[in-house]
Amino acid sequence: MSTTYNPADPYAGSRETTEGRVYTVTGGDWDQTLGTEAYGEERLVVNMGPQHPSTHGVLRLVLDLEGETVTKARVVVGYLHTGIEKNTEYRTWTQGTTFVTRMDYLSPLYNEAGYCLAVEKLLGIEAPPRAQTIRVLVMELNRIASHLVALATFGMEMGALTGMTNGFREREMVLDLLEEITGLRMNHAYIRPGGLAQDLPEGAVEHIREWLEVMPARVADFHKLLTGQPIWQNRLKDAGYLDVTGCVALGITGPVLRATGLPWDLRKVEPYLGYETYDFEVPTADTCDAWGRYLVRMAEVNESMRIIEQALDRLEPGPVMVEDRKIAWPAQLSLGPDGMGNSPAHVAHIMGQSMEALIHHFKLVTEGFRVPAGQVYVPVESPRGELGYHVVSDGGTRPWRVHVRDPSFVNLQATAAMSEGGMIADVIAAIASLDPVMGGCDR
Amino acid sequence: MTGPGDRSGADPSRGVAAPGGGFRKGAFGVTGSGDTSGFGGLVRVEPGGAVALHSTERPYGGYFDEVTDALVEAVGEATYAAAVPRVVVDRGEITYFVVREHLLTLVRALRDDEALRFELLSSLSGVDYLDSGGPVSAPDRPRLHVVYHLTSMTYRRRIRLEVAVTAEDPHVPSVTPVYPTADWQEREAWDMFGVVFDGHPALTRILMPDDWDGHPQRKDYPLGGVPVEYHDATIPPPDTRRSYR
Repeated sequence: MSTTYNPADPYAGSRETTEGRVYTVTGGDWDQTLGTEAYGEERLVVNMGPQHPSTHGVLRLVLDLEGETVTKARVVVGYLHTGIEKNTEYRTWTQGTTFVTRMDYLSPLYNEAGYCLAVEKLLGIEAPPRAQTIRVLVMELNRIASHLVALATFGMEMGALTGMTNGFREREMVLDLLEEITGLRMNHAYIRPGGLAQDLPEGAVEHIREWLEVMPARVADFHKLLTGQPIWQNRLKDAGYLDVTGCVALGITGPVLRATGLPWDLRKVEPYLGYETYDFEVPTADTCDAWGRYLVRMAEVNESMRIIEQALDRLEPGPVMVEDRKIAWPAQLSLGPDGMGNSPAHVAHIMGQSMEALIHHFKLVTEGFRVPAGQVYVPVESPRGELGYHVVSDGGTRPWRVHVRDPSFVNLQATAAMSEGGMIADVIAAIASLDPVMGGCDR
Repeated sequence: MTGPGDRSGADPSRGVAAPGGGFRKGAFGVTGSGDTSGFGGLVRVEPGGAVALHSTERPYGGYFDEVTDALVEAVGEATYAAAVPRVVVDRGEITYFVVREHLLTLVRALRDDEALRFELLSSLSGVDYLDSGGPVSAPDRPRLHVVYHLTSMTYRRRIRLEVAVTAEDPHVPSVTPVYPTADWQEREAWDMFGVVFDGHPALTRILMPDDWDGHPQRKDYPLGGVPVEYHDATIPPPDTRRSYR
């Protein structure tokens, strides 16, 4: 290619001007721009993200490459930081639920449950049995929805696009159920300190049972589509290797840890909400790679369905909020023509009959209740691992500090250990197998 | 004067000694009986505010005694006495308040000793207690706390370590040599609270932009904002709204 300026050719590579040499980016002119001396190493730094379809959200990777081999993988996070922890310090304890549910947006009910369990531990109260059973029920529904997205995006990032469309289709069925129960597909604010926002609506149990009959066939379809497929297996096997020592040192929990053969599941080892009374297995794999993590997630979908079935069987009528009217919000929410709101009976009571009830309602909703001073740490097993809530109260009506130990944040530290020394294509498999959610990571 | 919670009746001298100490009041600035929850009467009286300043007497109960005995045996009685001035057992959780000079000795023993085996650092976070960290008049009150939640997968136990430092000298040894998982979590605590972890391989901001000023989760970090006009009314910026003060 011509390397000097040619007035007849506007696509020439470079030219000399009074301001110095001017380059025109036309391609094929590297020998001009960089000179012709030989390079010591074939080092290439590739920036990937934060806007990239294969980085699982706004995650940025800086990869040092030699050929196709990754020599160094650096992870840059923080693009989705929204200051939720700080925000909760300026809201009441009840309002905190609506904030934490937006952190890990694929498992909102785990955020709510972890936060509410922490607040309840500070208060020294316990939700009524029916509320606990419904919490388990919606959490396991949420786990299935979350794992389906994990599989869907996994498929998309590996090039199996049908896996994505199927995963999101199945997940939408679960979200329909959650919408029926809580009123919203995501960001439910359904679990509240002391219990639940409202009881299960009429017909929800039947709809969940109908879904339970359909779902096993859909899981089997996933196995037909992906598990037995040689391309899928070859892409996942031995990709993103991390053994149990590496996992524990780096603080990795959840399916990634269980894929190393360690059956560490907080629902079994430190049961909460009565998980010790449910009959379910903790699936493990012994491959320590992306393939094992995929299998563990698939098996966990089945186990969650077992738990949901048992939860439905043991639902007894009863209250879903603590009796203490100083904590439970005074209204019984109901669905009206303009959305969810206070029940007409309650509005009639506070507006027409009882001044004291109106004052009580107003004070509890605007100022909130006080929580005795102290600090607690409550971990729950989210679809991605240990989701811990370190909540500090100074005795006021708002949290003094809410720290969330989000599994996505901690697990992403494994990126370098999983990808360095491997091929660049396996970086995608490694990160997809961690299933990070950046909303939770950056908070 | 009410501190966090209503302690005005408990220690009147403290309230007077803290002019403009920044104690939060209720949502309506009500002092005294502004309690709507019934829990106002249950606030435990702690002279240090939200930080428990007492020390729980032994026996601690549960596995806490076993852990403490094993820890004393692992590091030696003299070191333990110097390293752990206070232990608080509250709500079924144990907190060891640790002097920073001995932190690494302690976590090494906690991870490696056969009777302890705290393999997993579950969580590391900062808390800024501001004027709850001690009397407001003391200039060197240790307001910044670093909280470590350790998990023993072998014995299925959890403990909490807490290191308190002042904002003027916010240095804490990094535990990354013992727990590599602390890497990002210490960066977050630096980013949000300005705690300097000595010995960290690359202590840079992680969630905020690299050129950010200040440490946003400190309690005295300004909330900022501008007044917003809406329908002929002006909504004040967050930090000047009554309910936020």
